Amino acid sequence: MSKERIKISEDLYDIMPSDYQDLVKSATYGKEDRGWKDIGTSKELIEQHSLCAGCPESMAFRYILASLPNPEDTVMVGSTGCTSLVFPMVAVHNIHSLFGNQNAIASGLKRALSVRFPDRTKDVVVLAGDGATVDIGLDMTLQAWFRQEKFTTICFDNELYANTGGQESGLMQKGFVAKMAPVGKLFDKVRLPEIARESGCHYVVQCTVSKPSVIEKVIRNAVFVAREIGPTYLQLYTPCILEIGKNSMEGLQEMRDSEKPTERFAYKEYVSEPAKQLLAEIAAKDKERKAAAKQLAGQA
Amino acid sequence: MADVKSLIGTKNKKGQTFTDTWTMMHEAPRTPSFYTGSEVIKEALRRASCDVMIAYPITPQSEAAALIGELFAEGYIGDYFRGESEFAVMSQCAGAAFGGARVFTTTAGPGTMRAMENFPMWAGARLPIQMIVTCRGINSPLSIQPDTIEIAYLLNTGMLVWHAETAQDFFDWILKGYMVSEEPDVHLPLALCCDGFFVTHTKDVVNLTPADMCLPPYDPYRSPVPCMDMECPPVRMMRDPFIMKSNYISYATHASWQQEIWAAVERSRKHSIKWLNGLIDTENTDAEIVIVASGTAVSQSREAIRLLEDEGVRCGLVKVKTLRPWPEEEIRDATKNAKHIFVPEFNVIGWLAKEIRATVPNPQRVHAGPHVCGGMTMPPEIIVQEIKTVLGMKTFSMAGRGS
Repeated sequence: MSKERIKISEDLYDIMPSDYQDLVKSATYGKEDRGWKDIGTSKELIEQHSLCAGCPESMAFRYILASLPNPEDTVMVGSTGCTSLVFPMVAVHNIHSLFGNQNAIASGLKRALSVRFPDRTKDVVVLAGDGATVDIGLDMTLQAWFRQEKFTTICFDNELYANTGGQESGLMQKGFVAKMAPVGKLFDKVRLPEIARESGCHYVVQCTVSKPSVIEKVIRNAVFVAREIGPTYLQLYTPCILEIGKNSMEGLQEMRDSEKPTERFAYKEYVSEPAKQLLAEIAAKDKERKAAAKQLAGQA
Repeated sequence: MADVKSLIGTKNKKGQTFTDTWTMMHEAPRTPSFYTGSEVIKEALRRASCDVMIAYPITPQSEAAALIGELFAEGYIGDYFRGESEFAVMSQCAGAAFGGARVFTTTAGPGTMRAMENFPMWAGARLPIQMIVTCRGINSPLSIQPDTIEIAYLLNTGMLVWHAETAQDFFDWILKGYMVSEEPDVHLPLALCCDGFFVTHTKDVVNLTPADMCLPPYDPYRSPVPCMDMECPPVRMMRDPFIMKSNYISYATHASWQQEIWAAVERSRKHSIKWLNGLIDTENTDAEIVIVASGTAVSQSREAIRLLEDEGVRCGLVKVKTLRPWPEEEIRDATKNAKHIFVPEFNVIGWLAKEIRATVPNPQRVHAGPHVCGGMTMPPEIIVQEIKTVLGMKTFSMAGRGS
């Protein structure tokens, strides 16, 4: 979709909702180097959200939407859970259908878009919680990777079922006492990043969303690799402050504490050989582009 | 966005001409061909301008699903793959339809049941997917034999549900089905059912339309809901998501959405009447005895009627073609003279008889039966026997049928 398409007829401008006017005036569709630094100076692709005050998921949403390299041609797929409260307010097309089938939906969607737009880039990005990704939807998560479906899977890992009130999930830590784990969870946190690597993902990162610059980098890498090579997977720690007994302002610190080198959300990355090559090429082009821009600025 | 110029008369990459569907189905020459039901599904798909087909093996639809794979290899289908389960396949179909593709899939029995959560979602999301259901048993112990009980579960999903009698029905209805399903005022999925094995695995003469003609492509921008391809502005859908709200507005939104799905099923009536030449077919409905049936039970009933005629018993026939939309008025009218209405079925619960009982005045006229299930065939003689028993005529017991 070109930005032309969302232009408002002059005669109708004043009756359009102000968030739509803003979307046309100052959203970053089509901006090649869009990223987290646009937050605060341009129209974000998320309008409001109905998550809890201070929820790290809301930060994650803002960073991700600011970092998508091609939002004007990106379709997102969600699943049931807290994320499904946010998607209706996101300014890229997004699909919610059932709980856990997000990677199946994305498989069909990506293929349909490839059939219908063979000469254009249409990115598909899945964003779902850990219950959807690892428990009820694991089959479809893995099978999409086995089939080398060309889209990115993002898991918001809050280590429990937040939206239903804090029940045990597969990504919960062993020993954590929660609803449905009355004597503490009896088995280890599922090691999905490693499973993702073994299942054929070409770019896998596990991290927290404490640093927007990191999120920008991994989102861009994941989308570029998925576009050209094959499936990619990001597992982002977005703690449910409510269910782990923290206050609204403590989410960021919780993430910082959990990403220390010895902790379970220490930054972990796997990049396949073809993905390494692609990312190196993209980095070289970026460098070239920036140098050219600098030169141009110098001339001016 | 939508193409303003028509593609009718132009050629696709396989050299087929996009043809006006009415011309193709009603005026183009037909070639009689001797094919199995599965091969007929393939031949219909060859002409369907289908973008995406997703397959999964389950008897008795596996052959048809694999044959469509051959069509993909030949270049007639945009994309094709084997999913990992029927639940996943139906979600993959949904994804493809959300992305604006014309989508086709096939399933049967336990597969239909496994995928069930998807069907109200398809209808709710207004996805005009076509799913062939080659009915088979779903009970334990395991059965792969023909049995139409799964149709009972599809009736309340919000999908259109049609029940084909023959391979010829199948060929025509696959192509016409898209025309009804994709109407902007309908835009609902279609479950096109047949009786497994009896239709899929038997050979029949089917009159095919020319192989060099195909349906006009699907235009996703005629959909009543936005196509999820980022080709139209991504407006914010709602200020507050309704899912978590316990207030009147949220209830009213969901309620009106459900009502709209069923209103769309109703609106499919006029299109189905046009394309199928009525929701039912009737023969001799002035008779005092009328058989109402769907699927291959219609064929068996025709034979039973011939046998009864030999004994001087005159009997009418109603072939129910669409179960959703339900031909309520038509059935009421066709049975208005009947003193006895017989409903032979290939399932143990008699879902069709229940529907008819809820439709006609004086429902004590409705005799639910005979029923066969678990893969049993329905010899015309047992229909004759059922009717004669009710009429108080002398019958002979039939060996091996428990009488």
